[in-house]
Amino acid sequence: MTLAIIGIVVWIGLWALNVMLARWLTERKARIVVPIIFGLTLVLVVELVVTGLNVPFVILPKPSEMVARLFTSLPMLWADFAQTILKGALTGYIMGCAAALSVAFLASRSDFLRRGLLPLGNFVAALPVVGLAPIMVMWFGFGWESKAAIVVSMCFFPMLVNSVQGLAATSAIERDLFKTYAATPVQQLSLLRLPAAMPFILNGLKVCTPLALIGAIVAEFFGSPSFGMGFRIKTSVGSLSLDLVWAEIIVAALAGTGFFGLLLIVERSLTFWHPSQRR
Amino acid sequence: MSVVSAQGLSLTYPGNIEALKSVDLSIEAGEFVSFIGPSGCGKTTLLRVVADLEQPTGGTVLVTGQAPEEARQARAYGYVFQQPGLLPWRTVEGNIFLPLALMGQNRAEAAGRIADVLKMVELDGFGTKFPWQLSGGMQQRASIARALAFDAELLLMDEPFGALDEIVRDRLNEQLLELWRATRKTVLFVTHSIPEAVFLSTKIAVMSPRPGRISKIIDNPLPADRPLGVRETTAFLDVAAEVRAALREGMDE
Repeated sequence: MTLAIIGIVVWIGLWALNVMLARWLTERKARIVVPIIFGLTLVLVVELVVTGLNVPFVILPKPSEMVARLFTSLPMLWADFAQTILKGALTGYIMGCAAALSVAFLASRSDFLRRGLLPLGNFVAALPVVGLAPIMVMWFGFGWESKAAIVVSMCFFPMLVNSVQGLAATSAIERDLFKTYAATPVQQLSLLRLPAAMPFILNGLKVCTPLALIGAIVAEFFGSPSFGMGFRIKTSVGSLSLDLVWAEIIVAALAGTGFFGLLLIVERSLTFWHPSQRR
Repeated sequence: MSVVSAQGLSLTYPGNIEALKSVDLSIEAGEFVSFIGPSGCGKTTLLRVVADLEQPTGGTVLVTGQAPEEARQARAYGYVFQQPGLLPWRTVEGNIFLPLALMGQNRAEAAGRIADVLKMVELDGFGTKFPWQLSGGMQQRASIARALAFDAELLLMDEPFGALDEIVRDRLNEQLLELWRATRKTVLFVTHSIPEAVFLSTKIAVMSPRPGRISKIIDNPLPADRPLGVRETTAFLDVAAEVRAALREGMDE
């Protein structure tokens, strides 16, 4: 009980520290320091409260136990990460997004395709595609291929809708301008429509990032070899090794955040001109 | 030989809307012709027909002695739109380079020309800025520089200064006049400002709506050398009055 109360005191203390730091530091430093302190506060408070109130291990392990498990199981976590994120999610993500972009190019050339495909796309995007997982496992087997297939089907339509919108995002004046220059269709695509579509394409890539993670992990619940992040989460819950479950969740969160951050950097450098990115 | 000529040019949109009806026109090399009229009189449409951005439904048009489409393919004209239409991901230099790049020049070949046209519109020093870092007037000047980049003999301008405030507009009018005197390009200039038309043009084509047509062509007797002060002279005001009368007449018919 005392520990729980200490936890609350710690929380209030660090909160006050953050408020003061936010006032003293330059905005740039505060943007980095304040979230770190906030995160540490959260971990520390959970640690103290969980210890102090004797929260059962299966309900919530202590953060220290999660981190300890993370470091003692590194080889296993790496194998799971490689199987689920690198093979399943990333392969599917690249295939799905590339396919969607190619179809978007075709659709932007053909009114028929666009009118036919987009309503269908909106319909399919609204389906809980994870429901397809058992079917994909039947089709493509237990390996990472079926996970990649799920990810393809989850990423394809959001990416397509964004790309088609992006490729149509030029103004009448810009199109007329290229016409007065007698530009070829290829020139118009590479110098006008593709650059204009970039903000939309990157938006699509950002939307698809968490979808790919969810798809690859959840699909493993429906059948997988004896490793992989989804497999590990499912079996570890069964054997009450909740620290390992949380360690996997930490890995997934780090992978997702890291990749998203990478996309933000790419976005910043490619679409610096867009009103949302200008400084 | 006329640079732009039209005989019985008509354009009827679906729904029997006559945007242009039997327009006859002949513009000689080196002329500065303004097209003035109320909205809906077809002045922009006429310019777009010359540029091959609209297809006429009757009559003939010749641009530099060719059909509009051939003239467009031959890059016979530069077009300045109502908005600057600069690509935001390209610098000002990059935007001016665009038409040259489309013609197959590389950046090094074009560098001299880009510097020249930037100087012509008094934007030297701003070449490495992005369009959104410039004011509206500067952006429009950059778009004029872009239209000048490949040195076409014919310049088509569709209300290029319509969205700018009067002070900037006066300055740009002066610059445009100087530019025209220096290069003697043939200019077709759409406007709905009487002072602008009288100040800039050698000829003023007054247009009237429903159906869109040229109701009167007024020769401007003002000398080619026109300081801004010319607008207070009686000669200027007389031409302006004549244009205003012609506009009113066109509306009453």
